[in-house]
Amino acid sequence: MAKAEFEIPQLNENPEVPPVVLGTMAHSHPFIAKPEFQEPLNFPGELVDNWQEKAIEAMGDLLGKYRSLQVYLDSCVKCGACTDKCHYFLGTQDPKNMPVGRQDLLRKVYRRYFTFAGKYFPKLVGAEDLTKEVLDDWYSYFHQCSQCRRCSVFCPYGIDTAEISMAAREIMDRIGVGQKYCNEIIAKVFKIGNNLGLPEMALADTLEGLEEDVEDETGVAVKYPLDKKGADILLVTPSADFFAEPHVDGLIGYGKVFHEAGVSWTLSSKASEAANFGMFIGSYENMRRVSMRIREAALELGVKRIIFGECGHAWRVAYSFLNTLAGPFDFLDPKYPVPQHILEFTWGEIQKGTLNIDKSANDDMVVTFHDSCNVARASRMGPEPGGQFKIPRNVIKAVCNHFVDMAPETIHEKTFCCGGGGGLLTDDLMELRVKGAKPRMEALKNVIEEHGVTNMAAICAICKSQFTKVLPYYGMDMDMIVSVHQLVSNAIVLTGQTDGEDDEDESEDDAA
Amino acid sequence: MSFLTIAFAALFYAATILLVVGLARRIALYWKTPAPLKIPTTPAPVTQGGVVLRMFREVVFFESLFKSTKWTWLFGWVFHMALFMVLFRHLRYFTEIHWLMEIVEFVGPLFKYLAFAMIIGLLGLLGRRMFVDRVRYISAPSDFLMLLLLLLIGISGAMTTFVAHTDVVAVKAFFRSLMYFNFSEMPNLPTDPLIVVHLLLVALLMIIFPISKLLHAPGVFFSPTRNQVDNPREQRHIADWARKLEQ
Repeated sequence: MAKAEFEIPQLNENPEVPPVVLGTMAHSHPFIAKPEFQEPLNFPGELVDNWQEKAIEAMGDLLGKYRSLQVYLDSCVKCGACTDKCHYFLGTQDPKNMPVGRQDLLRKVYRRYFTFAGKYFPKLVGAEDLTKEVLDDWYSYFHQCSQCRRCSVFCPYGIDTAEISMAAREIMDRIGVGQKYCNEIIAKVFKIGNNLGLPEMALADTLEGLEEDVEDETGVAVKYPLDKKGADILLVTPSADFFAEPHVDGLIGYGKVFHEAGVSWTLSSKASEAANFGMFIGSYENMRRVSMRIREAALELGVKRIIFGECGHAWRVAYSFLNTLAGPFDFLDPKYPVPQHILEFTWGEIQKGTLNIDKSANDDMVVTFHDSCNVARASRMGPEPGGQFKIPRNVIKAVCNHFVDMAPETIHEKTFCCGGGGGLLTDDLMELRVKGAKPRMEALKNVIEEHGVTNMAAICAICKSQFTKVLPYYGMDMDMIVSVHQLVSNAIVLTGQTDGEDDEDESEDDAA
Repeated sequence: MSFLTIAFAALFYAATILLVVGLARRIALYWKTPAPLKIPTTPAPVTQGGVVLRMFREVVFFESLFKSTKWTWLFGWVFHMALFMVLFRHLRYFTEIHWLMEIVEFVGPLFKYLAFAMIIGLLGLLGRRMFVDRVRYISAPSDFLMLLLLLLIGISGAMTTFVAHTDVVAVKAFFRSLMYFNFSEMPNLPTDPLIVVHLLLVALLMIIFPISKLLHAPGVFFSPTRNQVDNPREQRHIADWARKLEQ
């Protein structure tokens, strides 16, 4: 067990809705961004003098730009449908982590300054002035929302707390109160091209290393090209795929699939990052700027298609927003959707029969699958609604003999967040991340005990990193978490692969 | 004409104007505020027809609420449906269109008991608001008062049917005179307290409708997570203000 300075929630076999306990997470807030991380994003470096006035002005601006914000701030009837749906409430019991409790932090200020009832009868409708205390609450609790949209599934009006959190973060950024983790990363993307600040040379070295590893293991020269002009496919993947575990095993898998499919592909040093933290901070302008790198890279490299690697929020931005932010993509091959998910590609190849699969390579595992929130509730794969649930499972079942789903109320559109999404994957929010993982940990523990599950597959860089970190707090092994394309990679028998099955098994045992 | 009649005539004109103008302005605001990004909660329909169906299920069956909490769904759905049917029966105070009257008369005996369903639904919602700690936490005074207002409207209305009959012929004549601005034939309103309270509270409800959480009624139709088609890859979606960033 990892050591912690806070109490780790007890996992229950039958998850219960806990009673409300006021203020349990009032102390939780991430580091504030220094001016050097604010200014590249066109935000003031620190809290501006007339911040109240500016904040209300910003709120008014956003109310005019986002129908979601305007309608959602008006429409809530406080029915309570969402109150037991947020993993952060279930893990912390803090009522300000109930979706409506969180929204109300913004709604009470909206009512005070923008509605008749709030202007003249504030006490009656729970309207409040924007004070320093309210701002502190905003900073604390709008950084306890992973924008996973689980609440929006259950709301009779579809109110999406993610929209409210994004607006709140944008308002705070505009008055100079930014979050260090997100804003530093966005600044890095602008400067270097990816979240991790990996320069082109380091990237090239890493990919060369991967090629050597794969060739050593299989005897086949699988290429991981960078900036290859004229390639058919541009692969945009989260930069964690370049070195983090288990992410990199997924990247190895993508390369093997492309190799066997016989397509030409490339990564880009300019768009060496699928993630787009502009979404987390609700900034259309920054999200657009980050997205434009992908358009530019596609144009410069002259590719015909764009495919995204395994990443949750990146797939939301890609699938739902890329055409809006950086389109139209009329210079790409119209035969393919823009963009595609790597799982759509791999599933297509599996159906075509181009991949030689040995499912027994994954026989040491009983696998379950974690639906990532942004894939599950904010995007799609394939032509049918719900393809985002079927395609990953189809691929897993095509490469693994043993697959088990977790409890139905914790998967598909009702999936629980890993606890680290939405710009919260930072060590200064560790307590929140551990507590927020509770509902997912409960569901996982149940399938471990009932079905002997050994591994949980994920298709999101944040989920993978978050689980790696929090599993040990709950007494589980951090290596349990695997990439879906890692499973694919294990099972693919490359054309001309020289070494025998036994060797392969051994090398896997070594890695485990 | 009695003072009460004149006062109520003025009140209902004012309430109607506030309701219609207030609601129209709000709907216009929702209409013209752009939704710059595609944010349907998925899985979402991939066609416009599918969206109409999704919205129908949401508005008629409260699909999402059903997924959430069965008790809240039960009380909420029973209250709303009973309210609509009771309102439908109220058409007999406003119209003389023959076929419509026949339907109202036909369902009348059945529908009048729905007032009890409405009251039971409201009591359930009120109980939840008082006894479930999470719901109590999110409730402002106005949330309780709104339920109380609806309860009193329901109870006072039901009592005019089941306890102390009021002169419904006079009430109907009063409202038809209001509708057709026919003041010469306007009768005096009955003065029994039940109908006075009932009408007063209904006027109050009409007045606060466009400035309260009752805006959820038009709001649901404008909710981007529910009314958008899931087709961002096929069709480029862009708001005017966002297009300006491209220049």
